Amino acid sequence: MPRARFLGKAVFRMLTLLAAVSVLSFILLTLSPVDPMTAYIGSDSTLSQEAREEIAEHWGLNDAPVKRFTAWAGNFLRGDWGSSITYKKPVRDVILERFQYSIALIFLAWALSGVLGYALGMASAAKRGTLIDKAVKTCCLAMQSAPTFWVGLLVLSLFAVKLGWFPIGLAAPMGKTAAEVDVADRIYHMALPALTLSVLGTGKITLYTRQKFIEIQSSNFILYARARGESAWEILLRHGIRNTLLPAVTLQFASFSELFGGIALAETVFSYPGLGSAVTAAGLNADVPLLLGIAVCSALFVFAGNLMANVLYIALDPRIGEDVRHEM
Amino acid sequence: MRCRRHGGLTANTRVRVAVYIAASALYVLGILVWGLKMPESAYGVDYSMKLMAPGAGHIFGTDFMGRDMLCRCVKGLSTSISIAALAAGVSSVIALAAGIAAAVSGGKTDSFINWCIDLCMGIPHLILLILISFMLGRGTTGVTVAVALTHWPELARVVRAEVLQIRSAPYVQAAYKMGRTKGQVAWGHMIPHVLPVWMVGVVLLFPHAIMHEASITFLGFGLPAEEPAIGVILSESMQYISTGKWWLALFPGLLLLAAVMLFDVIGENLKKLMDPGSAQE
Repeated sequence: MPRARFLGKAVFRMLTLLAAVSVLSFILLTLSPVDPMTAYIGSDSTLSQEAREEIAEHWGLNDAPVKRFTAWAGNFLRGDWGSSITYKKPVRDVILERFQYSIALIFLAWALSGVLGYALGMASAAKRGTLIDKAVKTCCLAMQSAPTFWVGLLVLSLFAVKLGWFPIGLAAPMGKTAAEVDVADRIYHMALPALTLSVLGTGKITLYTRQKFIEIQSSNFILYARARGESAWEILLRHGIRNTLLPAVTLQFASFSELFGGIALAETVFSYPGLGSAVTAAGLNADVPLLLGIAVCSALFVFAGNLMANVLYIALDPRIGEDVRHEM
Repeated sequence: MRCRRHGGLTANTRVRVAVYIAASALYVLGILVWGLKMPESAYGVDYSMKLMAPGAGHIFGTDFMGRDMLCRCVKGLSTSISIAALAAGVSSVIALAAGIAAAVSGGKTDSFINWCIDLCMGIPHLILLILISFMLGRGTTGVTVAVALTHWPELARVVRAEVLQIRSAPYVQAAYKMGRTKGQVAWGHMIPHVLPVWMVGVVLLFPHAIMHEASITFLGFGLPAEEPAIGVILSESMQYISTGKWWLALFPGLLLLAAVMLFDVIGENLKKLMDPGSAQE
């Protein structure tokens, strides 16, 4: 099966890249002038020199970089990702716990921007040249360029401070224990960060879909459809969606990298306890194990998005199967 | 198939495009020069003017230390544009070299350069910036180097694709047959061919670089808190937003957004000037 081989190749490439990402991150972090010992015990510690040396020996700080990396990578593969200085917990627990918060946020923003952006883009292309089209286009250009953290601040000051519709931050109401928090609370607290996160993606998907549909509208088969007497609505339903949905979905899957950057900004604005605020905290506190863990996980996340886009293309686009066979 | 009856841009479209470019460039350069020439006293501390709402004296209002927000924003934005200019310079040269090397050499070199591009794009950009900035101990150096070194992969892909189009063109093949080396062909034929696309790419690099600088400064990995920078200003504004000081966030962001969008306008219009076909869109 050429498709299976194509997929196998893609997965293999991703694994080599993932390994390279961890090497690269490791090199970057070990080159830092920040002393891991000072980060761990604090600068005003009264620890004796001998104790410091013992800790350094225990951590393997005196070993050669290659040995340190293989030790870290071995432990990582076995499931021991080190322990976080910031949260005083194993890195794996921190990441897994915070990932649940972040993935809910990402998924909501991703779905929102995908659906809204696609609908706006198709509508705007169908009404090409009208006032609505121009308004949508201008808005989306602005949305595409607006800094996520600034959008977050505006959303916060309008909906949370001025109107008071939504809470100012966090992921659950204060004064409730974890067991008491229900799904409604979660969604209520997630609404504003998700809205913020979806702004960038909505702008991109709208402009892209609009462009694609406009291109398709000038092709010969659409001209033929018009000549047969199909209305604009029929053209959109029969030919428009069929030809634009797949590229739009692929673009949406390729946006995982930007979404991950986006959560770092949006979560910081709304003090939402996900991976994004953890990566900021880890960087500012020189929490190397956590930073390394999140970097590798973020790369995994991006690769997963790319893989899904590839799989979708292979599965859904009849033309791709042909290409793959020719390439093999 | 697009219809090309008019055979390119009409004189009026050309003039309009040129006016767009000139006006946008004027704004961006104006901010840059105004900021660079601005003395520190323009945004000095004045506690008698604390947290003033926008008005006649201070059209952007003042912050918690009574500093004029307009001047701080302009100064900050001009720093951002300078950093972005450096980033565009460094990244575009890397992109041009990598793109041409990949396309001209082909084979192993091509695979390797592609692999490097995939590697850089595999880590979310913001995380990569944080890692590099962390490596350099944060601060101005950290953010400048991080932004300068990470903006080449997309442009390198564009350059590579552009060179691939002419790699098998008869005149390039003829040059090889006449004994030109790969280096000579790259210099004599490839670079002139990709130059227009590359220049547009360089301009379109600015918005990304400005945005990334502001973002990681906002998170605390970039310019130090005492410097006027849009990221610093917006991160300070977070503490005052819950008390309704909306102007501390709105105007700095608008100024940033305007600069970012105008760089896009310049880039897109340059593209139109260089590719007559896109004038019909």
